[in-house]
Amino acid sequence: MDLLASLPVYPLISFLVLICFGKRLSWKLASGLSVGSMGLSAFCSLLLVAQLSKNEVNVISSHLWQWFSVGNAQVNVSFYLDALSAVMILVVSGVGFLIHLFAAIYMKNDENFTRFMAYMNLFIVAMLVLVLADNLVLLYLGWEGVGLCSFLLIGFWYQEKNNVLAARKAFIVTRIGDTAMAIGLFLLFKSLSSLNIVEINQLAQTSGEFSLSLAKNEASDAYWAALLLLGGAVGKSAQLPLQTWLPDAMAGPTPVSALIHAATMVTAGVYLIARMNGVFIMAPEVMTYVAWLGAITLLLAGIAALAQTDIKRVLAYSTMSQIGYMMLALGAGAWSAGIFHLMTHAFFKALLFLTAGAVILALHHQQNLFKMGGLLRKLPFESALFLIGLSCLVALPGTSGFFSKEEIIANLWSSPTAGASLWWCAILGALLTSIYSCRLFFLAFLGKQRFPKELVISEHLETSNLLRGSLAILALLSLSGGMFSFDLSTVFPASNESYLSPGWLHAVAIITPFIGIAFSWFYFKNYRSNNITLLEESQSSWIVFCRNGLGFDVIYQLIFVKPYCAIAQLNRRDLFDQVIMLSAWYIGIWRDILSASQNGNIRWYAATLGFSLLGLILVVIL
Amino acid sequence: MTDIPLAHVLILSSLLFTIGFVGVLVRKNTLFMLMSLEVMLNAVGVAFIGAGSVWQEADGQIMFILILTLAAAEVAVGLALLIRMQRRFRTLDIDVLSKMKG
Repeated sequence: MDLLASLPVYPLISFLVLICFGKRLSWKLASGLSVGSMGLSAFCSLLLVAQLSKNEVNVISSHLWQWFSVGNAQVNVSFYLDALSAVMILVVSGVGFLIHLFAAIYMKNDENFTRFMAYMNLFIVAMLVLVLADNLVLLYLGWEGVGLCSFLLIGFWYQEKNNVLAARKAFIVTRIGDTAMAIGLFLLFKSLSSLNIVEINQLAQTSGEFSLSLAKNEASDAYWAALLLLGGAVGKSAQLPLQTWLPDAMAGPTPVSALIHAATMVTAGVYLIARMNGVFIMAPEVMTYVAWLGAITLLLAGIAALAQTDIKRVLAYSTMSQIGYMMLALGAGAWSAGIFHLMTHAFFKALLFLTAGAVILALHHQQNLFKMGGLLRKLPFESALFLIGLSCLVALPGTSGFFSKEEIIANLWSSPTAGASLWWCAILGALLTSIYSCRLFFLAFLGKQRFPKELVISEHLETSNLLRGSLAILALLSLSGGMFSFDLSTVFPASNESYLSPGWLHAVAIITPFIGIAFSWFYFKNYRSNNITLLEESQSSWIVFCRNGLGFDVIYQLIFVKPYCAIAQLNRRDLFDQVIMLSAWYIGIWRDILSASQNGNIRWYAATLGFSLLGLILVVIL
Repeated sequence: MTDIPLAHVLILSSLLFTIGFVGVLVRKNTLFMLMSLEVMLNAVGVAFIGAGSVWQEADGQIMFILILTLAAAEVAVGLALLIRMQRRFRTLDIDVLSKMKG
C-alpha cells in the first residue's frame, strides 16, 4: 500500500480499536494509540510533501478501488495530492497531532476518554478523505463524516441539555448547506457528466455550454453550480447566513473547538471553493457574492465578538471573522492568499483555543471573562502563549497572521471581482479584530484578579510538559508560519493582475492594528486597571443584542423554527398517516363482519354452506 | 315397464332435497335435523337410481347401496351424539351448542 493511501488508515485503525475495546484500555494505551496514529499520519504527510517538492512532480495520486459507476462516469475511491491538498494535509495532520497530544492530557480524567479520542480519530479520517478525495462524491463522504464527528463531539457531554441542543443545531444548520451542495453536485454531473475534480475544473473552462446561458435572462449552469457549492461552503464554514451554529458549538470540549471549530473543519468550505476554482472562475458574479459574504461576515462577527463575555465565544466569533477573510480572498481571486491565511489561522487559532482551554482548566471551568483577570501573574507561560496567538490574530508585523492577512488585503483593491469598498471592509475588520483581541487580553490577563484566591491551579496542567510542549510548538508555528512559502501556481490559474493600487494602501493596512490597540488601551482602561475589583457586564440593550449574535438566532427562530413547529403541531395527527389508516379501517370492517358471522350456530353454518354452494353453482351455470 | 322420464325423477329428487335442506335449517330439534339429513341423502339416492335406469347401468344402484350404508353409519354416530347431548344438556335444542364462536 502506498504512502498516500495509508494516510487516513492509521487514525482509522486507532478509531476502530478505541471504539471496540475502549473500556478495557488504560489511559496510557489509549492515548498512546490515538496520538501515535496521528503522529504517524503527520510524519507520512511530511514525507509526502517532501516527495512532492523534491521530485518536481505536481501530483501524487493513488487509485484504490472503484466505488460505483453511473453511466459513463466512474466514482473511484482514489486519492489525489497536489499543492493545495498538501497544504491541507499538513494542517490537518500536523495541527491535528498537536491537538490530539493536548487532548490526551486535557481529557485524561474524563470517564469517556476513549470515546472522545475515538471520535477525534474518526474526525481526522473524514477530514483527510475530504481533503484528498479526487472526486466530488468521495469529498462529500468526507464532508458528511466531519459533520457527523462535529455533532458527536459538540454533544460529547450529552448529559447536559444545552450541549445536546447545540449539537443538534450545528447538525441541522450545516445540513442545510450540505443539501445545497449535494444539488450542486448533481447539477455539475448533469452538465459536465463527470465527478472527477480535475476533470470538472478543466471541463468548466473548455465546455462552452456550461458557462453560457441559454437565454438572455437566464443564469448559466456555472452560475447555479457555483452558487450551490457556495451554499455548502457557507454552511460548513459558518458564514452568513448559516453562521449561527458556530458560537453554540463551543459547548463541546475545548480541544474539539480547537480542532474542529477553528483549525480544520470550518475551513473545509474555504477548501471546497479553492478546490473548485475552475467552476467559480466561470461565474464571476458568484465570486463577488463570495467576497461580499466574507466581508459582511467578518464585520458582523467582529462586532459580535466585541460584546461576548465567554472567552471561547470570543474566539468562536473571531474564527468566523477570520474565515470571512479567507472567503474574501477567494472571492477576490486571491486563491493562494486565502489558503495561506487558512494555514496560518489554523496555527494561531489552535494555539489560542488550546491556551484558553488550559486557562479554563486552571480556573476550574470558569469561562466568563469578567470573572478572570490578573492571569498574567498566575499563569505566565499560558499568558505569553496567548499573547503570541493574539498578536498573530491582529496581524502584528512579523507574525504569521501579518503575512497572510497583508497578502489578502493587498489583493483586494485591484481585483476585478472585489474592489475598493471590500478593501475598506477588510481594513475595518482588522480594526475590529485588534479591538476585541485587546479587550479579551485586558479582561483575562491584566487587571485585578477577580476569581476567588482558593481556586488552585490544576495539578496535571502544571506538571505536564507534553501539554506545554504541544502549545509551544504551536506558538512557534504561529510565529514562523509566515516563512513557509509554497507554490500553489500549479493548482490555481495565474492571476495576471499588476498591482495598480495606490501606495498608501499598504501603510494603512499595517497601521490599522496599532490604531485598534491604541484605541482599546484608552477605551478599556477599566479592564486593565489594577484597582477595580468588580467589573459589571454591560446590560445595555445594544451590547446584549451584539452578545446574542446580532439577533440572527431570534430571526431564524421567528421565521423558520416557530412556523415549522406550528405546522408540526397542527399536523400532529399526520394527514398522510390518516390516509394510510383508511385501508386499515377497511380491513377492520371486514374483520368485524367475518367475526360476527362465526357465531357458533350450526344451522347458520349449514345455511351459509348451502346457499354459498347454490350461488357457486349458479355462477358456474350462468 | 313404463318409462318414467328422467326429468320427473330429477324434479322429485330436488324437491326431496329442498325439503330436507329446509328441514335442517329451520328445525331446532337435533333429532328432526338428523331426519331431514336422511331425507336429503335419500333425495340423492333417488337421483342416482333414476340416472342408472335411464342409462341401463348398475352403477346407480351401487351408489345407492353406498349411500344407504353411509346413512346407516351416520345415523348410528348421530344418535349416539344425540343421547350424549340429552344426558348432558337435558335438551335437544341445537342452538344451545353455540359456544364456539369467533
